[in-house]
Amino acid sequence: MMADPIQSSNVTYDYLRVKKRFPNVWCAGCGIGTVMGSIIRAIDKMGYSKDEVALVSGIGCSSRLPVYCDFNTLHTTHGRAIAFATGVKLAKPSLKVIVVTGDGDGLAIGGNHFIHACRRNIDITTVLINNQIYGMTGGQCSPTTPHDSFAATAPYGNMEKGFDPTTLAKAAGASYVARGTVYHVQQLDKLIYGGLNKKGFAMVEAFSNCHTYYGRLNKEGDAVAMLKLMKEHAMPVKAAKVLPPEKLEGKFLTGVLWDVEMPEYCELYQNLIDSFQEKDKE
Amino acid sequence: MTTAREHKTHRDSKSHKVPKDDRYEVRLSGSGGHGVILACVMLARAIGTDPRRNVVLTQSYGPEARGGAVRADLVMAKGAIFYPKTMKLDLLLTFTQEACDKYCQDLKPDGLLVVDSTMVTKVPIKNSYGFPFIRLAREKVGHPMVANVIALGAIAELTGIVPREAIRAIVKEFAPKGTEEKNLKALQVGFDVAKKAKRK
Amino acid sequence: MPHRITSARKLMQGNEACVHGALYAGCRFFGGYPITPSTEIAEGMARLLPKCGGHFIQMEDEIASMASIIGASLTGTKSMTATSGPGFSLMQENIGYAYITEVPVVVVNVQRGGPSTGLPTKIAQADTMQARYGTHGDYQAITVAPASVRECFEQTVKAFNFAERFRTPVTMLTDEVLGHMREMITIPESGELEVVDREKPDVPHEWYHHFEITPTLVSPMASMGDGYRYHVTGLVHDQDGFPTANPNEIKAKMDKLRNKIVRFADEVTQLDVEMVDDAGIVVFAYGTTARAARQAVHMAREKRIRAGLIRPITIWPFPDDQLRELLAHVRRVLVVELNQGQLIHEIERVAPKTCKVAGLTRYDGEVLNPVEIFKRILEVK
Repeated sequence: MMADPIQSSNVTYDYLRVKKRFPNVWCAGCGIGTVMGSIIRAIDKMGYSKDEVALVSGIGCSSRLPVYCDFNTLHTTHGRAIAFATGVKLAKPSLKVIVVTGDGDGLAIGGNHFIHACRRNIDITTVLINNQIYGMTGGQCSPTTPHDSFAATAPYGNMEKGFDPTTLAKAAGASYVARGTVYHVQQLDKLIYGGLNKKGFAMVEAFSNCHTYYGRLNKEGDAVAMLKLMKEHAMPVKAAKVLPPEKLEGKFLTGVLWDVEMPEYCELYQNLIDSFQEKDKE
Repeated sequence: MTTAREHKTHRDSKSHKVPKDDRYEVRLSGSGGHGVILACVMLARAIGTDPRRNVVLTQSYGPEARGGAVRADLVMAKGAIFYPKTMKLDLLLTFTQEACDKYCQDLKPDGLLVVDSTMVTKVPIKNSYGFPFIRLAREKVGHPMVANVIALGAIAELTGIVPREAIRAIVKEFAPKGTEEKNLKALQVGFDVAKKAKRK
Repeated sequence: MPHRITSARKLMQGNEACVHGALYAGCRFFGGYPITPSTEIAEGMARLLPKCGGHFIQMEDEIASMASIIGASLTGTKSMTATSGPGFSLMQENIGYAYITEVPVVVVNVQRGGPSTGLPTKIAQADTMQARYGTHGDYQAITVAPASVRECFEQTVKAFNFAERFRTPVTMLTDEVLGHMREMITIPESGELEVVDREKPDVPHEWYHHFEITPTLVSPMASMGDGYRYHVTGLVHDQDGFPTANPNEIKAKMDKLRNKIVRFADEVTQLDVEMVDDAGIVVFAYGTTARAARQAVHMAREKRIRAGLIRPITIWPFPDDQLRELLAHVRRVLVVELNQGQLIHEIERVAPKTCKVAGLTRYDGEVLNPVEIFKRILEVK
C-alpha cells in the first residue's frame, strides 16, 4: 500500500527555527508539539511558501507554537489572536492565515472573537488545541474542563459544564469544523489540510493532553496513559453513524464534523472593491 | 534647537490689537420633523459659499434633541470664529411655542425673533415677525415638508445674511431628485412673504 | 486606488474631516465598533474605503478593533480606528501591544463625559491623562488634539505621519462638539500636505532585524509577506523579535522604546502661541476649550488686560522645554479644561516658581464659554 504522501515526508525540520528557538517551552510528552508537526505537514502539502503563511496565536502554552516556525509569526495578546488575524487577512488576502489557540485563549477570553469569525466566515484556519485546562498559569479551570473534573481553581470539582468547541463553531456559522487528537496524528494532518483547503472559516479542534496538570489532578496518569485514553474514547464520525447509541456512550466524535460551501468574507469585499473599479472605468 | 517662540508658532501678532468682533449668531429651533437641522446646514452652506465668510454650525445631540426641542446653532463672521457655540443670538427662528419660550432669553436685546405664527401664539418680544410657514407650505406649495425652506427664504430676506442666489443654489443642490422645483418655489414664497412684511 | 475628493470648499463635520484626512494620509484599513460620538468616522470609512481599494470592518468590540488594525498594519497597510471613552478603555491593552511591537496605528478618541458610560452625547476632555498613561507598563505616548474641522483633517494626517515616522501608536483626541461641528473646509490638494510612509528595509532577508537598534532608534519595517519572515510578540524581545529574559536585552528594548520618542520629541511638538510675549497672564487650553479661551483672551485684551494663549496641538509628549521658556516671564497661567483637573498638574510640574498656576474646570457635559473664562482671568490676573 502506498504511504500517505504527508506522512512519508520528513519536512517539519525545514520549517522550524531550529537554531534560534529550541529547546521549546513545552513539558516532555506534551501534545502541542505533535499539533505543530501536523500544521507544518499540512502547510507543506498545500505547497504554500513560507513567506505567504501568517501564523497567529494568543497567549498560553499552545500559543507559543508560532515562535518555533519559520513563517510570518504573530504572538498577540490573550484571546485576541483571531481578531489580529482578521486584520492581517482582510488587509492582505493573499496571505494564508492560520490561528493557533487553546481552549482558554480561544473560548474563554477570546470566545467572542471566535464566534464572530465563524459568523463572518473569513478565510482563516483556526487550530484550537484543547487540553481542557490552563497549562501556562498552572492548571486552572478552562471552558472545556468537564463537569466534576478537578483543576487548581476547581479544587472540589468543576461545577460548570464544558463547551464543545465543534458544536459552537458549527452553530456560529463556520464553513468547516473537524476534531482530531494528538494520538491520531495521520488523521489530524488530514483534518488540518482539509481546513487549509477550505475557502472560509475552518476550525479544527486538536484534542491534546496536559498530563502535567489535567492528568495529575484528575488521576489520568502520564502522557502515555492520556494518549491511550484518547485512543479508547475517540470514535470516527463515519463509524459512529452505524453504531447504536449505547455503543457511543463516553465516546467523542472525530473527523470532519461539518463541511459546507458559503460565500467567504474577503471575496465578498473584493467584489465590492471591483464593482467600484469597474464604475470608475466607465 | 529652535526657541520656543519660533517653534511652530502659528500666530503671534506684534501689536496685539484685537480685531473687531463681527460675529452674527443664529439659532433655528423647532421639534423633530420640522427640518430645522437641515435648514441650518443649508444656511451654513450658503453662507460658506462666500470664501470671505467663516461659519460654524453646532447642534444639540442626545436625549434633549429627541422628541422635545430640536435646535441648530450657527455662528458667522468675516474674521476667525473662535468660540464655536452661540453666546447671544442675533436671530432666533422657532417653529414651536416651547422652543420660543426656552430660547427667547438667549436673544440679544436687539435680536430678531421669527416664529411660525400658527404654532407660536405668545410672542414675548416686540422685534419679531410671524409667518404661518407650515400653512404656507401646504397651501402655496402643496407640501408641508417644505416649511423649513420657506422659513429659510424668509430669514434670508429679512436679515440679508445670505444672498438670494447663494441660498437658491444650495436649496437646489440639497433638494431630493425631482423636488427641486417645489423647493425653489417654497424658497420664493419665503422671500415674498418676508418682503411684504418688511414693507409694512 | 487614490482617494478622490474635489478640493472645493465644503461644509464638513469634524468627524467627516477626520475620515478624509485619514484617506489623504493613505489609510486603507479601518476596524471599528460603533460608539457615540465617534460613529460618523466609522460610517464614513465604511462608505469610502472600498472605493479607494481599502477595507473597512466592523469588529465585535473595541478590543478586536484595535487588534485588527495592528494586524492590518503589519501587512504594510496604514490603519486606524475611532472610538470614545469606553471603547478607548477597552483598546488600552492592545495599544500597549502596538507600542512594544512598534506597529504604527492611529486611534481617534472623540471624547465624551465619563467615567463609565458617563455622558455619551456630551463633551469632555477627561481622557487627557488616559491617552498618556492608559496602557499598563512604561509607555511614551504621542497624542495630537485638533481644535477645528480643518485641523481634524490636518492632524489626522499628522497622526499617521508620526505613527509611521516613529513606528508607534498615535492617539488623536477630539471631542463631541468638534466631532459634530460643521465648518467650511477646503480639502488640500494631493501633495499639499506632507505624507510620511514607514521606512522599509533594503537589506537581504538574512541581515534583517525587525527591531534593530538604529541611530534614530526606529527600525525599518518589513510587511508580512514581503519575504522577511519575522516574529512579533508582546513579550519583551530582542532585535529579532524573539522573547528574551536577558536583563541587558530587556533594558536595551525598553530604552529604545522610550528614547526613540523622547529624544526626538521636538519633531512632534506643535504649539499655537498667541500674544504671550508681553502677557502677564496666559491661558493654557487645548481642543474646543482653546477656542473659547482664545475668545476670552481677546476679550481681556480689549479691556487692556495683557492676556495670552498657549494651545498645545500635540499634548503628548508634553512640551516641557518650550513651556518653561514661554512661561519664564509670565506671572500667571490659567489652565482651562473640561475635566476635574488633569493638564493642570503637568503645568504645575513645568511652570517656573515665578509663575502661579490657577485652574478653571467644568465637567457637567457643557463647554466652558468665553465669558466664564474671562471672569476667571479677572479673578486670578
